[in-house]
Amino acid sequence: MSIGHTLLGLLESGPRHGYDLKRAFDERFGHDRPLAYGQVYSTMARLLKNGLVEVDGIEPGGGPERKRYAITDAGVTDVESWLAQPEKPEPYLQTTLYTKVVLALLTGRPAADLLDSQRAEHLRLMRELTRRKSGGDLADQLICDHALFHLEADLRWLELTAARLDQLAAEVTR
Amino acid sequence: MTAAPEPLLVATDLRKAYGPTPALDGAELTVRAGEVVAVMGPSGSGKSTLLHCLAGIVTPDSGDVRYRGQQMSLMSDGERSALRRTDFGFVFQFGQLVPELTCLENVAMPLRLAGRRRKDAEALAATWLERLEVTDLAGKRPGEVSGGQGQRVAVARALVGAPRVVFADEPTGALDSLNGERVMRLLTDAAHDTGAAVVLVTHEPRVAAYSDREIVVRDGKSRDMERAA
Amino acid sequence: MTAPHEPFAGFDRTRAAGPGGAGWAEPAAGVRAWVRDLLLGARFAAGGGREGWTRTVLTAVGVALGVALLLLASAVPAMMDARDQRRVARDTLSSGEAVQPGASTFLLAETNTTYHGKDITGVLLHPEGPAAEPPPGLAAMPPAGRMVVSPALKKLLASSPLLRERIPYEITGTIGKAGLMGPADLYYYAGSDQLVAYGAGQAGGNAERETRFGAHSNSEVLGAVFNLLLVMVLVVLLLPVAVFVATAVRLGGERRDRRLAALRLVGADIRMTRRVAAGEALFGALFGLLLGAAFFLIARQFASHITIRDISAFPSDLTPSPALTVLIAVAVPVAAVAVTMLSLRATVIEPLGVFRQGVGQRRKLWWRLLVPAAGLALLIPLFGSVQGDARTNQYQIATGTVLLLVGVTAVLPWLVESVVGRLRGGPVAWQLATRRLQLNSNASARMVSGVTVAVAGAIALQMLFGAVSADFVYDTGADPARAQILIAASTTSSEETAHDIRQLAGTKGVRQVIGYLQSQATQPDAASRGGSVSDSAYLPVNVGDCASLRELAAIGADCEPGSTFLVPPSHGVGVEESLQYLEPGHRIDLNVGYGDRYSGTPVLWTIPAGTRTVAGRVDPSGSREWGILATPEAIDSNRLFDARSQIMVAVDDREPEAVEYVRNTAAGFGVTTYTRSISGTSAKASYTQLRRGLFAGATLTMVLIGASLLVSMLEQLRDRRKLLAVLVAFGTKRSALAWSVLWQTTIPVVLGLVLACAGGVGLGAALLAMVGSPFHMDWGGMATMAAIGSAVVLGVTLLSLPPLWRLMRPDGLHTE
Ligand SMILES: Nc1ncnc2c1ncn2[C@@H]1O[C@H](COP(=O)(O)OP(=O)(O)OP(=O)(O)O)[C@@H](O)[C@H]1O
Ligand SMILES: [Mg+2]
Repeated sequence: MSIGHTLLGLLESGPRHGYDLKRAFDERFGHDRPLAYGQVYSTMARLLKNGLVEVDGIEPGGGPERKRYAITDAGVTDVESWLAQPEKPEPYLQTTLYTKVVLALLTGRPAADLLDSQRAEHLRLMRELTRRKSGGDLADQLICDHALFHLEADLRWLELTAARLDQLAAEVTR
Repeated sequence: MTAAPEPLLVATDLRKAYGPTPALDGAELTVRAGEVVAVMGPSGSGKSTLLHCLAGIVTPDSGDVRYRGQQMSLMSDGERSALRRTDFGFVFQFGQLVPELTCLENVAMPLRLAGRRRKDAEALAATWLERLEVTDLAGKRPGEVSGGQGQRVAVARALVGAPRVVFADEPTGALDSLNGERVMRLLTDAAHDTGAAVVLVTHEPRVAAYSDREIVVRDGKSRDMERAA
Repeated sequence: MTAPHEPFAGFDRTRAAGPGGAGWAEPAAGVRAWVRDLLLGARFAAGGGREGWTRTVLTAVGVALGVALLLLASAVPAMMDARDQRRVARDTLSSGEAVQPGASTFLLAETNTTYHGKDITGVLLHPEGPAAEPPPGLAAMPPAGRMVVSPALKKLLASSPLLRERIPYEITGTIGKAGLMGPADLYYYAGSDQLVAYGAGQAGGNAERETRFGAHSNSEVLGAVFNLLLVMVLVVLLLPVAVFVATAVRLGGERRDRRLAALRLVGADIRMTRRVAAGEALFGALFGLLLGAAFFLIARQFASHITIRDISAFPSDLTPSPALTVLIAVAVPVAAVAVTMLSLRATVIEPLGVFRQGVGQRRKLWWRLLVPAAGLALLIPLFGSVQGDARTNQYQIATGTVLLLVGVTAVLPWLVESVVGRLRGGPVAWQLATRRLQLNSNASARMVSGVTVAVAGAIALQMLFGAVSADFVYDTGADPARAQILIAASTTSSEETAHDIRQLAGTKGVRQVIGYLQSQATQPDAASRGGSVSDSAYLPVNVGDCASLRELAAIGADCEPGSTFLVPPSHGVGVEESLQYLEPGHRIDLNVGYGDRYSGTPVLWTIPAGTRTVAGRVDPSGSREWGILATPEAIDSNRLFDARSQIMVAVDDREPEAVEYVRNTAAGFGVTTYTRSISGTSAKASYTQLRRGLFAGATLTMVLIGASLLVSMLEQLRDRRKLLAVLVAFGTKRSALAWSVLWQTTIPVVLGLVLACAGGVGLGAALLAMVGSPFHMDWGGMATMAAIGSAVVLGVTLLSLPPLWRLMRPDGLHTE
């Protein structure tokens, strides 16, 4: 999962201090693993360098923790294309997908589309595997089936999330 | 994906309401010859209703379905029945076989209704039973066979008339994954061989994976997932 | 249609598109398609495994019972006709003409008796010449002391020594069919040398002289009311049969609809499904027709063993007329198909299943009420017109009645639906039953409609019978408490009567015997007066002991041998002339003479002076004697003219066979003795026949309806076996299910009976208005009929419990 894109997404709703960013991240995505401060500052430094964020202002007193960041137009575009790009279907994607959905909801983007395109991506791979299965030997079939069952689980999760999108939106933007 | 041949079935802006609740609310779908289209979506979203509209079993309140350019809503019941006999085949979750007839007679029924002699019809039906690996069920009645076996008989019946479109509504709904996949293999292979298009309503992604294309129906609205990607 | 051609032009929207070149349009519905669809329907009816067979057999049995009953009903007129012809052929009634003895004449006397309530007719014969023709069914006249008996009587005699004692002649043969009205006929012809012809104008004699049997026949004139009764009985009996056949044909309708839906899915159009359904109905109906014919033939063979309400018939008598047979053979299958088409009209069979038209939309009452209203409209113009010998339009009556009764069945579904729709809550069984009824109350309403019609018709008929019975049943005025048997003998004397009385008094079980001689006298100058005898005074003379005379008049204790009394008539009409001779001291002539003119020599007798005049009294047999009452000591019975004895016997209730002993004793008194029971009422024979016919028919109809109920009940259970198995599987108590089944029948039945009572009373009131009788509720009759209806239903429910128990085994889950 891309912490850079996530932080960028969080900035979309308005400029924030580094400390605020960490808190917002932890609150929504860091349930079992809070983000380290160092990671926030190194990431922000990279984004600054790439021109995706800019420093909006510095609180008096100095020190890196006083910097306030704002997203640039290039940053917004970057977030946009990241959200629209379906992940390569593979097992254990849900943290990334979840983050993407929440960010989409937070930034007022169509989360359903995101889910749908991910779903289409998954199904495409499943079709591929199904085709391979019908041509292969038993070992191939078993291997393909393993992947298929995992992908199916993901796809089901996508379906479920899509069905509960309204509920999630209400919770996220509360 | 296959190169797009001319569409067989085109449904545009279908609306259908049962009482105050809309079952279809502007759904659309195009089926081209020889392709397998999966229709997915939550329960009660209108998948079956869409399928029934496409097959001319249910008449939509508005919008139209064209089969090879002809508007279905303008056809008489007789013409639509004739379509079901000659151009369409059906596989449902269960209950579509006539319990009074043997499996062989069930498979032969569409041919007989289309005017074939009994001998011819049953001979052809027997080859289909063989193809679906259920030859030994020929003399049994649907009540005496398992769900999976019954489903294969239903597939044989759907395909025996060399239809152009097979409508399948949760054909594997009552089967375990192994049997479900077998039925799907047989259905899609046979459809592929005869060049029939398949409209496949399912809840199971692995079943949907046998399709060439996916449509998702939500709240009576359809969404073509190829365009979403 | 103006086809806005889509991008895929160049595509032929074509006929030669489908496989087999059939195209989209349906193949021409030629003979082949018809045959195919009808055969397919037959295949459904005949095939379909055990389940399918059971259903078809049930339908066929239902139709068969109806057909058998229809055949029976259509055979009844012929049977009655044949019976009547044979009755006339053996008729013994005198032609009334004086016949001179000749080579072909014979003497005949009828002697009837009753044994354990069965009437036995005996004919005593004595040929006077060699050419005397034997009665029908006999090869020759029986010689004296021998008799030829009907087979039924032969059996009865063999098993009843008491009766054999009474009819002691030696049996030499049995009466052939030509001489019997039915196999249960109790009849014999005996040769007798005791017969003396009634001389023309001569005293004495005990037999008619005849030249042949069946010389004269009588027929009762019955009139409009009787015809009304006849029409009603036919309608009331046959309508439930029609309803029954209609019900039988609809058995398995729900399954059939589902099956047709499955066919629709694979491309059958509506016309095909109709044809398939027709084929199915035809198969059941034809099968039922054959079965019904078989039932009929079998029942016909048994007919000779069955006596329904005294009517028995020979198998060969039960031959339906060819025209009616053809009508039944055509009408039943046609009706079956028509009913099927009608029931299909109310349902839309779509590929996805069956929709009932007007689901959610309540039934309308108004057109249902139109039917009985039309019936009433037909009957109202007839109010007050069915009386006496007036000619009535029987078709109008029949149509009106049928419409009224059919109206009852038309209102029933509405009633069941509206009442059931209001039921809620209650225990599990009740809830299951009411919910099921709410979902489809049609089947249940149909099921009980037969009972409803039968009960409504029966109630109306009961009311009509009750009201018109006064026209047909006479109160004899007899008092069966005072004496139970009357024995009359003609041409006898005081001595003979006294002897008879002694014999009777000594018979087992006799409590009391009274008896007197009846004769008549006329005015003293009758011989010289000239003119017709009937213009002379008529003065009855009764001679008996004091105990006997006390039964005839209020003579009090003041009676001793030698006493005489005078009794004025209770009404003086027509006898005023005679009364002047009823004075003490007046002379009267005890000789009256046979024939038109006075004959013989006068036998003058003086009414003793001081003879008391006393009030008359109704005797035990219901008649009221008047004139001269005398003890045997006061008047020499040998001087009486053509004295007849009247002996009345009271028997001991504690001796059950007392009556039979008395009859046996009386049988020894001679040919001219006549014995009958004293009863409070007597009915005209045809009326009795009709009433018996009604009861016989009603019994059959009720049995039939019971059978139909059972059949449709089993059908319903079979239809729901899966559901029952599911309910049992998740722990519903079996008793709850049994109760729900019971409720499910009870609710419509109760409603049906309420409606039947209302309809029956309505029809009854209309019928009463037609015959001009005041409205009168026959609560007892109504309660009886309702009770019989409920009993049938209860019995059927009990009979359906064992199959229910079997169906509720959880293994019912698997079956399709
Ligand atoms: N015959 C009917 N009468 C009334 N409502 C109906 C009927 N058929 C469908 N509906 C309603 O229309 C909506 C769509 O039903 P449909 O059967 O098309 O759903 P579905 O997507 O096939 O669901 P599932 O996946 O559960 O089969 C539902 O809300 C359903 O209640
Ligand atoms: Mg569905």
